[in-house]
Amino acid sequence: MRRRYGRELSVAASIAVLGLVLALLAPGYFSGENLADLFLANMPVLLIALGMNMVILTGQIDISVGSVFAVCGVVAGVLAKAGMPVMLAAAGAVLAGVAMGAINGALVAYVRIPSIVVTLATMVALRDGLRWATQGAWVSDLPAGFQWLGLSQASYPVLIACTAVFFVAATGWGLRNLAGGRAVYATGSNAEAARLAGIDTNATTCSVFVITGALTGIAAVLNSVRFNQIPSNAGLGLEMKVIAAVVVGGTAITGGSGSIAGTVLGVILLGAIGPALTFLGVSAYWEQALQGAIILAAVVVEAIRERAERRGAVRA
Amino acid sequence: MPAPLLEASGITKSFAGVRALRGVSFELRGGEVHALIGENGAGKSTLIKVMAGAVTADAGTLRVSGEVVPRNDPAMARALGIAVIYQQPALFPHLTVAENIALALEPGGIWRTVDWRARERRAKELIDRAGATIQVDRLVSTLSMPEQQVVEIAKAIGAEAKVVIMDEPTASLTETEVSSLFRVIGALKNVGAGVIYISHRLEEISAIADRITVLRDGESIGTCEASAVGREQLIAMMVGREVAAVYPKRAVPIGEVAMELRGVGNRGAGLRGVSLHVRQGEIFGIAGLVGSGRTQLAETVFGLTPADSGEIVLDGAVVGIESPADAIACGIGYVPEDRRQHGVVLELPIAANVTLSSLDAVSSFGMIDRGAERALAQRYVERLRVKTPSVDATAGTLSGGNQQKVALARWLATKPKVLILDEPTQGVDVGSKAEIHGIMMDLAAGGMAIVMISSELPEVLGMSDRILVMHAGTVAGELTRAEATQEKILTLALGHAL
Repeated sequence: MRRRYGRELSVAASIAVLGLVLALLAPGYFSGENLADLFLANMPVLLIALGMNMVILTGQIDISVGSVFAVCGVVAGVLAKAGMPVMLAAAGAVLAGVAMGAINGALVAYVRIPSIVVTLATMVALRDGLRWATQGAWVSDLPAGFQWLGLSQASYPVLIACTAVFFVAATGWGLRNLAGGRAVYATGSNAEAARLAGIDTNATTCSVFVITGALTGIAAVLNSVRFNQIPSNAGLGLEMKVIAAVVVGGTAITGGSGSIAGTVLGVILLGAIGPALTFLGVSAYWEQALQGAIILAAVVVEAIRERAERRGAVRA
Repeated sequence: MPAPLLEASGITKSFAGVRALRGVSFELRGGEVHALIGENGAGKSTLIKVMAGAVTADAGTLRVSGEVVPRNDPAMARALGIAVIYQQPALFPHLTVAENIALALEPGGIWRTVDWRARERRAKELIDRAGATIQVDRLVSTLSMPEQQVVEIAKAIGAEAKVVIMDEPTASLTETEVSSLFRVIGALKNVGAGVIYISHRLEEISAIADRITVLRDGESIGTCEASAVGREQLIAMMVGREVAAVYPKRAVPIGEVAMELRGVGNRGAGLRGVSLHVRQGEIFGIAGLVGSGRTQLAETVFGLTPADSGEIVLDGAVVGIESPADAIACGIGYVPEDRRQHGVVLELPIAANVTLSSLDAVSSFGMIDRGAERALAQRYVERLRVKTPSVDATAGTLSGGNQQKVALARWLATKPKVLILDEPTQGVDVGSKAEIHGIMMDLAAGGMAIVMISSELPEVLGMSDRILVMHAGTVAGELTRAEATQEKILTLALGHAL
């Protein structure tokens, strides 16, 4: 909600610097094939981060998205194998995501259990429940129409790109222009003031978890149709990638401030940096360490800026 | 004659430019109970905080047994034998009674070993001396409020406190609990300790106190022997604040009854059988001491803590208000007391703050029209003269008075029929205060019914058409503008009949 886009600009600048280094040292990075691969690999992170951004904006967190992602993928595969048309199977998977998001949201908003506890519990329960249900086996022998959603391998990335653009635009526009978006910022910034202003803060909190569940379901479906098997252990560590992207994108972990543009830039920066190392001839083992360093740098810069702002406010 | 146990002279203290204490002098002798009384905001709390070392005075000296206190901090106050028992006991809920007492009395040191047997024995002995029986291995979180106070008193006895300060100790006690507290106070007196006793209950004070000091607006008005003064005299000393400011009160046409409460109660919030009505164009003042249920009443009407008995009638129809959204739909607006906490969302721009409760008015199909929003905000910013470069600035950048105007603008944007203002001018500067009063008068002239909760008696008297006085969660009396005086309001607020 800030008028200043300082954070977005500094993330964009980091991406530009990275791009420049790559253009000079490893122009092969910008081959269409590599970029398309990168995009497809990071699409789940992007879609889920759009929802996670809202969850964090309301002052909550959802660490169960990796498990939800795995469950939704398996649900899609199982439904398709049971003979459902592929679109219906996809819808079923998204619905499963919505249901799991609703459970998280209801427990946080109405039973008032801290979101870190609720989603830690659902993360473990869903992950182990899935392992038990599938006995660790992957879903294979998928029907022919399942892969690429029945589209050709060439047109599929176009569909993904359209989907991603649609959801980025929709969430970005909604947060800025819908009353519900305003409620998200107000709830995260000062829940008591929002309640006194007549905003249903419980419904707001619950909804952002449901939206995140739905986006996770969509991401899972779009990801699982890329392969001819669906792993029952998909999405391990996905929640950390998503939360990191949102935080690097400038959304305050305490809620109330941040933007979709920042989140998209955060996903791009963290997604681009790993493969870039390989292209630059640096050992891929450095990827995690470098990502960690970026996250740390982002929050430290934020903390320093906030302190400076507070001091400025006192003087004013 | 020996030097007094505790002597404060010329104590002055300001908070952010507001003078809370102006050269207060106070003296406590050994073996006496000295009551400290005064209205809300008279400076009682600040004075005891200075004595306890919790805040540092800007000027003045504090002497204990004739010696000047060199440093003003809590450790020094404790070393000098000053103990404070606050209204809300400051204990560790997850530790036992014995551990709580031990933490205050046993020496520090990480490697010190604990003799549990001795610790419990000592705790038991101190609780006994406080005249109570509490098992010392109970967790403090399981104790009742008076039992927690006994633990605090036991701590004070154990620390061999010479000066015991009690801030409204009886506010949450029943009658039998009060009499056992008085026995403990008697025991403290007998060992030569001095007790500073703060309370709003004048009967209690005449029963327990030896001397009484009255504070008003940060000054000490006088000290007298408790046996020598009556209730009327004390009340006269407590009020008498000059109505220096000029209030922009003018006669406006009074219309129909806009809102009526019929025996509204709320057990959770401690409200019982509140009946009142407010007419269009009226400013209806609600006075009462802190804790009398004024804010709870506002929160009940606004649906934050829905009423569990009685009826709320708006425009002649009984309405059910279960949430703030219901209240807003019924045409009720509520500007809460603590702006920074509850009034404005500091991180949102002014425009978003103004429209937060009336987004429907600036949206179509749930979509916010940013142009309309800014125009609406701009209109209110101009009308209320909010000092800001732009409606896009965040609310956190505004001064207190301007934040209050933004909070007010939000509710005006909902076009309420009834507007409840809780302490509308608390903590705002003089200029903004006059402006807010002017705005209230304009709103009333436009036919709005205004309910104003205020602790400032001159403001209540200066702005209200009628005044409701609350005491202990219910209505103590209602006064018209003509008959109301500071003395009458305070008499009712203290729970006495006129």
